[in-house]
This record gives sequence, C-alpha cells and structure tokens, in this order.
Amino acid sequence: MRVLLADRVPEALGLLAGDGAAIPVAGGTDLLVHWPVRIDAHDRTYVDLSRLEDLKPLRWSDRELVLGGLTTYWDVIQDERIGREFPLLVRAARQVGAIQIQARGTWAGNIVNASPAADGVPVLMAYDAVVVLESGRGREEVPLDHFYTGYKEMRRRADQLVVAIRIPRRPYSYQVFEKVGSRRAQAIAKVGLAVTRSDAGWRVVAASMAPTIRRCPMLERLLEQRVQVAHPGDLVPAITQDVSPIDDVRSTAEYRRRVMARVLYDDLRETCGWP
Amino acid sequence: MTLSIGFTLNGKAVSMEADPAERLLDTLRYRLGLTGTKEGCGEGECGACTVYLDGLPVNSCLVPTYQVRGARVETIEALDPVQLGPFLEQGATQCGACTPGVVMTALWISAHPELLETHTVRELMAGNLCRCTGYDGIVDAVATTIGEVGEGGRGKGEA
Ligand SMILES: Cc1cc2nc3c(=O)[nH]c(=O)nc-3n(C[C@H](O)[C@H](O)[C@H](O)COP(=O)(O)OP(=O)(O)OC[C@H]3O[C@@H](n4cnc5c(N)ncnc54)[C@H](O)[C@@H]3O)c2cc1C
Ligand code: FES
Ligand code: FES
Repeated sequence: MRVLLADRVPEALGLLAGDGAAIPVAGGTDLLVHWPVRIDAHDRTYVDLSRLEDLKPLRWSDRELVLGGLTTYWDVIQDERIGREFPLLVRAARQVGAIQIQARGTWAGNIVNASPAADGVPVLMAYDAVVVLESGRGREEVPLDHFYTGYKEMRRRADQLVVAIRIPRRPYSYQVFEKVGSRRAQAIAKVGLAVTRSDAGWRVVAASMAPTIRRCPMLERLLEQRVQVAHPGDLVPAITQDVSPIDDVRSTAEYRRRVMARVLYDDLRETCGWP
Repeated sequence: MTLSIGFTLNGKAVSMEADPAERLLDTLRYRLGLTGTKEGCGEGECGACTVYLDGLPVNSCLVPTYQVRGARVETIEALDPVQLGPFLEQGATQCGACTPGVVMTALWISAHPELLETHTVRELMAGNLCRCTGYDGIVDAVATTIGEVGEGGRGKGEA
C-alpha cells in the first residue's frame, strides 16, 4: 500500500486526481478497522488529509454554520454555540462511539463512509445540510438529502473531497434525535431518527431503516397536514412507504418499523396534540 | 515505501521511518519499547490502547503512525505512578488488561473537571471496557482523583 501525504488542500486534490482510485484518510475510525495491516498483498493508495489545517476550523456567518472537512465530533461537542443553535449535532456527536472515537472521527468521514446506520448524517440531514465537494475541476454543492443514490453509493467522484458542510441557521420550534441501540455507548443504531420543524417545514430523517439514510416524505406530509394520529400503528402505513428496513444481525424489519412508529409517536404526541 | 516522520513522544522529540500500514499502537510497543499501552480488540472498541494525541484520548490501534507527524503523543509511561493511588485503593483494577487505558482516560477527565458540567464520568469512560471490575471501582477512583465523590459518580452515570 502507498500513502501520499499532503499539507494543503490543492496538493491533496492533485494527488487524488493523479490516482483515480486513491482513498482519502481523515480520522481513520472507519478505515482503520479494515486497515491492511494484516493483509500481505495490497496495492491501494491512500491520501492523508489529517494535516490539512484549512479543513479544520468551523465557521459561523449570519446565515449559516459551516463545518470544515476535518471537523470532528469533539470539536462540535465543545462548541457551546452549536449546543444552543443546533443541539441535535451535539446530541448525535455524543452518541458516536466514545471520547476516543469522538476525538478523531469527522463529520465528512461519516457522510462519505455512507453507513445506513450512521449517527452524524441524520441530524445533518434534518438541518438541511449541504455537502461542499471540491476537486481540481472546481466546487460543487449537493444537498445531503440528495447525496446518496443507493447503498454506499453517492454523488461524490473519487477525485472530490468534502471540504465543508453548510448548515443554514433557522429558528427551530421542534427538534429531536433518537438512537435505539443495544446499549447507550459504542453501539450501532437499530433505529435512528432525527426530526426537526422550522419555517422550512418538518424534516423526518430515518437511519438503519433503508439502504441509505433518508428523509421520509410521507411522514413529513402527514405532519405538515396535521393529520390526527390516535396510536403508533397509524404511522405504520406512511413508514412502510417511506422506508424499507431489512432483517440483519442487529434486528428485524418488523421490529424496526414498530420501534420507529412507537418512538415517533411518543416524541411527537405532545407537540402535535395526539391523544 | 516508508515515510519519514517526526513527533513528540512523552515530551521528547522522536524521528523515524514508518511503514504506511503501521499503527501507532505497534510503533509504541514494538519499535519504541513502550509496552504500557495494551492491545485488546484492535478495532477501537475497548480503549485498552488509549494514548493522548495532541491532548485528547484516542485509540492508538486506529491511528496510522504517519498521522502523528508533527503531533504530541503521550502514553501511560509519562504519568507519575502516584496518580495510580486511587485506582489501587478503590479496587479499580483486577487483571489489569484495561488499566493503562482506563487510567489514561480517567486522568484526562480529572485534568478537565469542567467536562463534568456537561458529562458524567460514566459517559466519558464509556470507551474503556473492563471485564473484571464492574466499573464502580473505576468510577469511584475517577471521582477521588477529581476530589468530589457524588455528582457524576457511582450510579448516577448515563453510559
Ligand atoms: C469503535 C467505533 C465506534 C463507532 N461508533 C459509531 C457510532 O456510534 N455512530 C457512527 O455514526 N459511527 C460510528 N463509528 C464510525 C466512524 O467513527 C464514523 O463514521 C466517523 O465519522 C468516520 O470519520 P473518520 O474521519 O474517522 O473517517 P475515515 O475512516 O478517515 O474515512 C471514512 C470514509 O470517508 C472518506 N473520507 C473521509 N473524509 C473525507 C473527505 N473530507 N472527503 C472525501 N472523503 C472522505 C474515506 O475515504 C472513507 O471512505 C464508530 C467507529 C468505531 C471504530
Ligand atoms: S485495542 Fe484499541 S480500542 Fe481495543
Ligand atoms: S481489570 Fe481486568 S479488564 Fe479491567
């Protein structure tokens, strides 16, 4: 294996463009689990991002919060202003592994790793985050809810880096993040949910419920139209249209649908005036 | 292919050639002779390999050595043995496999007591697994090093 080191973004972009199959390494908390240390024959090329100082800081403007391409969970947990304005980012970050993972894992890495069970992606999506991609050919912006095209497939070319994540600032009248797992810490979600409400409307985002993390348009419409829901079962038809969970080692499809209905119902009951 | 890197290890400058696939855990243990840092799972789950990287606890099994170039690394060997007192007194160690990692995270917490305004000891210790002690001794030892048993201490944790 080869690792190419870069100190500046343009340099890293040049290295990626020069080797069509090179893999960027950020915090390494996904990649190192499968690191080729135990493999004898490997011919992969990696491009190290960890020293790209320009990707580290997060920025605020009047209209948005911009996470850097290397912003970590711990950076966000430590930021009091994020805790006030985007509490779900902090809540989700605190659920990712534990401090040792939070200190290294990045939001961009979570997006590109594209796990259907990720914790960072659902809250970003519920805040209408936009992925900023850069390559030698220029910049491109893709709303996170249009980023994934299938299981581990996304609108990112191999020569593009996620250099920033833009999150619009809006007053939220409702926001909740739920991670149902086997234990509180260091567990992969069986069902993940992020729900927000602002002037832009309701956002319902489900994790571990489909090949990709995704918004749930039928549930969002149901909330928008203030449909009366008498018990969790009333949510199941919309859930069935919005997502397609599977049976796997962590859980079954049926369990996931029922848990999602129950958790949503309990969360939204008061706000929506359901019985 | 090897990479030339320099970093600060326990306060001293180190420079070396590293294989690109080399993990910091192996560099520390097998090339630099610092065997205090342990390997449990090798997958980021157990925390036995916890070291500080630029002041934050990380799993050295998940850090490629080339990534510490220019950085500050501290291992259990840098600590003053006196700091272990509360762990021995509270029965926070049995087989000892988890202990170096536990102590690294615990002392990081005691160095940052402000974290306890937002976190419990249990949440901050959640990345360090222990198969022997049942955690209460560990949580009490951390509380003792911080000098306040009670809030965030035994039984009140969230993790
Ligand atoms: C013990 C353990 C527990 C975990 N717990 C959780 C959890 O609870 N919830 C959760 O969601 N995840 C969890 N993870 C997974 C992981 O920590 C996160 O997905 C993390 O956000 C990955 O970020 P990273 O910087 O470490 O990624 P890396 O491993 O460096 O990279 C991940 C992927 O993203 C690509 N990439 C990284 N940065 C960029 C960039 N800027 N541009 C383009 N591509 C990029 C890489 O090429 C790779 O494909 C856990 C991992 C471990 C080992
Ligand atoms: S050996 Fe590194 S976390 Fe278990
Ligand atoms: S003392 Fe044995 S694993 Fe913790």
